[in-house]
Amino acid sequence: MTATLNQHADRLEGPSPATEVALDMAKRSAFLVPIVILFGALIGGTNGVLSVGYAVVIVVVNFVLAAFLIGRAAQINFALVFGAALGGFALRLGLIFGAVVAVADQAWVQIVPLGITLIVTHLGLLVWEIRYVSASMAYPGLKPKEHRQGVH
Amino acid sequence: MSAISTAIELAVEATPAEQKNAAAASSAGFAYGLAAIGPGIGIGYLVGQSVQAMARQPEAAGQVQTTMFLGIAFVEALALIGFVVFILLKFA
Repeated sequence: MTATLNQHADRLEGPSPATEVALDMAKRSAFLVPIVILFGALIGGTNGVLSVGYAVVIVVVNFVLAAFLIGRAAQINFALVFGAALGGFALRLGLIFGAVVAVADQAWVQIVPLGITLIVTHLGLLVWEIRYVSASMAYPGLKPKEHRQGVH
Repeated sequence: MSAISTAIELAVEATPAEQKNAAAASSAGFAYGLAAIGPGIGIGYLVGQSVQAMARQPEAAGQVQTTMFLGIAFVEALALIGFVVFILLKFA
């Protein structure tokens, strides 16, 4: 499943490549969860686990929302991509701010593990994904499968 | 003017702990605000170049969008670091 151009070449048709990348990253985050939970448990017990889990959810939702906004804009018109990217940046910063500030005073929230997990998970998932994307300019959803077939 | 003089009076009367809290809150706000400026410029430049690339070579739009999305996410990590500094200063 690849995206194609419409007849005027001013928008994409079919599945959005950005959404495919984001969903790929969301799947990979499932592999990170045990490590993150262990990290949270070591730092802060149950509250630490809840805090780092919340941070992982924020990171994944942030990626998926960013991809959805950009992908949807590209399906409408390329000119909209600029607005979707910059507007989406401001919107998502506001949402992350709201999501953290809303729970910051709760008893189960530990700010330090939450903050560390936000940065490390965000960068970790990106580096993991870009390994596949930079390996070739093929659509990233295909690359891991090709790799696994090569191993077996 | 009266608001400024009231703020100055409050600052003079504040205890050292209150002054420290006020300094931490304003520093946190500055950290978050300043940290968002650089990524904003970076994303603007990145998306501008990507839109130009898609206009020049529409058949590569899918690949350009993939690269653009990852670039945006990397640049956004800088803003996220600023945000984490903000929450550490404000809540930790």
